[in-house]
Formats: sequence, structure tokens, C-alpha cells
Amino acid sequence: MNDPVLLVVAILVLAAGTFALRFAGPVLRTRVEVPDRVEALLATAAVVLLAALVATAALTDGHGFAGIARPAGVLVGGVLAWRRAPFVLVVVAAAATAAVLRLLGVP
Amino acid sequence: MRSIWRTLDRTLDRALDRGLLRDIALVCVADCVVGVSYGAIAVGSGFDLWVPVALSLLVFAGASQFLFVGIVAAGGSPIAATVAGLLVNGRHLPFGLAVSNVLGHGWRRAAGSHLMTDETVAFALGQDDADRRRAAYWVCGVGIFLCWNAGVLAGGLAGSVISDTDAFGLDAAFPAVLLALVLPSLRDRTTRRPALAGAAVALAATPFLPAGLPVLLALAGLLLTLSRDPDKTKDKTKDKNKDKEPVS
Repeated sequence: MNDPVLLVVAILVLAAGTFALRFAGPVLRTRVEVPDRVEALLATAAVVLLAALVATAALTDGHGFAGIARPAGVLVGGVLAWRRAPFVLVVVAAAATAAVLRLLGVP
Repeated sequence: MRSIWRTLDRTLDRALDRGLLRDIALVCVADCVVGVSYGAIAVGSGFDLWVPVALSLLVFAGASQFLFVGIVAAGGSPIAATVAGLLVNGRHLPFGLAVSNVLGHGWRRAAGSHLMTDETVAFALGQDDADRRRAAYWVCGVGIFLCWNAGVLAGGLAGSVISDTDAFGLDAAFPAVLLALVLPSLRDRTTRRPALAGAAVALAATPFLPAGLPVLLALAGLLLTLSRDPDKTKDKTKDKNKDKEPVS
């Protein structure tokens, strides 16, 4: 399909770049002393990113809406998690809700 | 590799309970199934087996791998696919800043960095003390790495066995996994406000921006934590100097 050499180079660049992104945080943290307040801010930043991932992964697909089944599944999982249900139940209920809705023809 | 297991063994004894192991195992299984579909989709859209396998071993970041294969399979240039993949993986930089203290030093830091995923970060942040955080991170990281790569290889070999994981609702399971793991942090108001604001920003930006950027833009939600504390922001430089000593 594509020039295999170009494909190999592209994969290696993506791999090296991704590793650099992952490695940069830990390396920076050992070089620079971080006050407690900034440390707390960094932890919050990770939660903010994860929450944004949840929102976009639950509600969107590409540049549009994800339909009904997936958000409904995540909602069921979220309510269960909020009520402190066991993790396994949260995950299985989310998947099952979406799967059953799709089986019923809900997009 | 052997010393990874030794590290795991030590931390496991100390910190991991069965419930956490079961939760991590569940996520590993789910990742494996998605890996099977990824391998099958990649081979099904015309790639040789080595392409998804190399991407999974070397890049090891699901969303960017799907994007890479999707763009190239659709006739896009591999360079564009690489740029798009890097953009999606940009969130690992702030993740690394947040979890650096669970990684350790030397080769462990390098290996641990490669194992960084949304799930490992979420599992680590969900634990209360440092030992549990470290254990959760490593067990989850190694587990997902093995399961994901085994899945991709199996899917690539088997062809289009499972190409539509949506039928099982797995696309709903992954946001639910992350949601369940961050919910305890979200019960804290000072974290909830920036998180909700950030999620709103990301959602609003999704129709207009390339994948990956909306999630990074969510960091704007952090401004809420600063603006709520006018006194502390004003004294930022003073604080920095004052706090330098006690940090280990």
C-alpha cells in the first residue's frame, strides 16, 4: 500500500515521539524541585485530563455525537460508580447497557 | 524483565489486595479484546501483520494506533498519521508530571514511562498511599502491555474475528473505567470544578479541532483553581522559594 520504508520511519518517529512525551514529565520532575502546591496542581491536571477523556469518549465520535447507546452505557456506569458499586459491576453494566441498546436497534 | 517481576513481587506483597488485582485484570481483559479488534482491523484494511504489531509494541497507545492505521489505510500520508498520533499522545506529558513519583529511577523510569496509559494513570491516582499507587501503576502497566500486545497479535493472525467491539459495548466500558477511577477525586470540590469546566471545554472544541487537542484544551479548567485563590497566586514566587527545602 505505502512505501514500506516511509511506513517504518513514520512508526519509529511516532514511537520515539510518544516515548519522549511520556518520559519528559518524570525527567522534568527530577530536574526541577516542585513546591507542594504545584504538585497538587499537577495531580489535579491529570484528573482534569481524565475527566475530559471520559466526556469526549462517552459523548463524541470523531467530530460528531456518539449516538445514544454509548452515552447511556457510560451514564449507567457513572451512576453505579457514584453509588459506590463495585468496579466490576460498573464496567460490565456500562458495556451491557450499550450492547443491549444496540441489539434493540438504538444507535 | 526479571527485575520487573521482582519489583512487582515486592510491591505486590506489601500493597495490593485482591479486589484491586481483580479490577486491574478486568481492564486488562477488556484491553485485550480491543487489541484483538485492532489487529484484525489493521490487517483487514491491508496492512502486513508487522505494522499493527510494531505499533503496539513500540508506540503502545491505543487511540493513536487506531488513528495512525485509519489515516494511512484511507490513503493519507504516514507523516500526517504520525503527527496526528503525536497530537493524541500529547496528554502523556502532563500525565508523566503527575505520576513521576511512582516510576522510580534509572531504567525503571524509562520502562514505567513506556507503560503509561490512561488506565494506568487513573488506577495509580485512585490509590490512597504511595505503595499502593506504585503497585497499581506497575501491575496495571505490565498487565495491559502484555494483554494488549497478545490481543493485537492474535487479532492480526486471526483476521476479522472481532472487528466490531461496539457490539459488546466496549466503547462504553472504557469511559466507564476511567470515570469509576476518577470519581473519588471528583468528590472533592476543588478538583471537581476544574474537571467539569475542562470537560465542557473539550466537548465544545471536539467538533472543530483535530483529535487530541480538545482533551489538552481541558487543562484550561485549571484556571479555576488559580482564580479561586487570589491570595496564593499573588504570592506564587514567594511560595516557591519558601517550599523549596522540604521537598525531597
